[in-house]
Amino acid sequence: MFPEVDPNAVEPVGVVIPAEPEAAELVTGKQASTSSFAVVARAVRHSPSAMVGLVILVVLVLIALLAPLIAPYNVNVQAGKPFTHPGGGHLLGLDDGGYDVFSLLMWGLRVSLLVGFAATFVASGVGSVVGIVAGYFGGAWDSILMRITDYFLVIPALPLMISVADIWGPSLFHTIVVIGVLSWTVTALVVRAQARTVKERVYVKRERSIGASHRWIISHHVLPQLVPLIVANTVLNISYAIFLETALAFLGLGDPNLVSLGTMIQHAFLASAVVQGAWWAIVPPGVLVAVIILACSLFGRAIEDAFNPRLRAANLGARSFTRIRVSKDRG
Amino acid sequence: MRKSGYLLRRFIQAIVTCFVAITFNFILFRALPGSVVSNLSRVPNASPALKIALTKEFGLDKSRWVQYGDYLSQLAHFNLGVSYQNSRPVLGNLISDLANTIPMVTLGTLISIVLGVVTGVIAAWRRGTQVENLAVAPALGFYAMPAQWLGLMLIVLFSSFLPTSGMSNQFLIDPTPLQHLEDVLQHMILPSLTLGLVLYGQYTLIVRSSMLETLSEDYILTAKAAGLSKPRILTRYAFRNAMLPVVSVVALSLGFIVGGAILVETVFNWPGIGLAVYQAVLYRDYPMLQGAFLVLTLSVIFFNLLADVLYLRLDPRIS
Repeated sequence: MFPEVDPNAVEPVGVVIPAEPEAAELVTGKQASTSSFAVVARAVRHSPSAMVGLVILVVLVLIALLAPLIAPYNVNVQAGKPFTHPGGGHLLGLDDGGYDVFSLLMWGLRVSLLVGFAATFVASGVGSVVGIVAGYFGGAWDSILMRITDYFLVIPALPLMISVADIWGPSLFHTIVVIGVLSWTVTALVVRAQARTVKERVYVKRERSIGASHRWIISHHVLPQLVPLIVANTVLNISYAIFLETALAFLGLGDPNLVSLGTMIQHAFLASAVVQGAWWAIVPPGVLVAVIILACSLFGRAIEDAFNPRLRAANLGARSFTRIRVSKDRG
Repeated sequence: MRKSGYLLRRFIQAIVTCFVAITFNFILFRALPGSVVSNLSRVPNASPALKIALTKEFGLDKSRWVQYGDYLSQLAHFNLGVSYQNSRPVLGNLISDLANTIPMVTLGTLISIVLGVVTGVIAAWRRGTQVENLAVAPALGFYAMPAQWLGLMLIVLFSSFLPTSGMSNQFLIDPTPLQHLEDVLQHMILPSLTLGLVLYGQYTLIVRSSMLETLSEDYILTAKAAGLSKPRILTRYAFRNAMLPVVSVVALSLGFIVGGAILVETVFNWPGIGLAVYQAVLYRDYPMLQGAFLVLTLSVIFFNLLADVLYLRLDPRIS
């Protein structure tokens, strides 16, 4: 769950304030974009937490991809009595149906990450298009699209997703579409803010005046500058999508034929794993979800911080504030 | 004068949003592929005659515009339809559910705001020290946990001390009002705590960055140069201004609070509007689901408006 961004707030929290381009970057958009990626690379190299987040994400994605090869048991075949204790070849015991929890975790990770990435792909796509059209073209487009965005910001996301998913019926595809189509607002706001500033840059205006088309300017100047921003937002969006997937699955709106981390929690809840004392059926899926979301947050926020010079300045000011306090205490 | 103009504009905007929500609610449940009837008549041996009868009963044989008009006029009479589960009017069901939800969610939100503000201010004050990490790490941890899972974990931890299901003890015979209140409060602790814990992480981060930004303002430097004491600068100058964005962020996270309430009420079997949503999904009770969605959306719009009005009172710079 991420703090959403209020377009009317005095100081929108979480909105990335675009870095002022340095003189050299003003010449072409291409140079600016490589420097933006350099900012990301530097952020990862200099922030241990971003590095940790990235490594965890890569490892989890690898496990998910290799699940059919490395999962120790077939998750469609009962391996023993329901709620068998961990041990005896079953690292995390068996769940309420007698299936190996450790293997289920790998397969569940696969489905949850698939939903996370695919839904985020949809959300980032919709958000980027809305943001670019509203920010670059402005005028009536801007006010119409922003009104719609305002509405989607206010509307409570989970009840809406529950309603749509319930009407469409539970399936993996519907879960992805519902989450994707309903969580693009923050991306749209961030992209719009940046597109507006790019549009006003001198080199863009100069190109317009010598006859460059909108399509050329968007593909050569606006998009390259937006890509790193969209990437940062995408990482944060993935965790949001995985969160929503667990919620929908928990309420019985996940694909009944697939196991995700959300359905594992749901099964454990419905089979009263808690009352049975079968912690191994309920603790691991939740911990795994928390780890994914933490990894995404660590990585995503480090990138966001790298693009937000104002936050850096603020931190600096506060640090000097603390330093003065400490020295006085000593004196 | 400009303020009243702003208020009026904001008020009209909220009404328009309400209208959009109502219309959207209509479109969502009537015009999407997979209509109510095709889902209802998905029972085995459903005859075409049943389908036609159902279509007629729900008025789906009329044109979309007539249906929309019917819907609006029924809504104006506060008729949200009849629940399939207990054959009572949806509105009555929802009102009694809402009465159960509001105290639990309010307590949960209060817990999250207090936890968030305290840890956020501490983190900003002790920026760059171990104390900051100690304040931020648990906040991030709880924020990353699915609400339903944290609820189950709390049940595991506290099931021997606190009630974990429902709203009151059914076996309490003839309780006095005081006993009843105590009973309900005991039942409320775990759901509210779950909600508070999953929500407070984001407030910690926002309070922290808001405090940090305020501390870097020029007037703080001026106050320092004037020799004011640190606690005074923090509480009277920085804290009060840093709380401003928090008001709007709390208002904006109402949608999440509602989402969290659905999950928490399902886990703890708390008979509120969240559990109503869960059961409506379970029993394919479309009128209840539609009504609950409308009530939740309208209340979020209302509280957003309230937060904006509050913001206006708190921050005299806005005009």
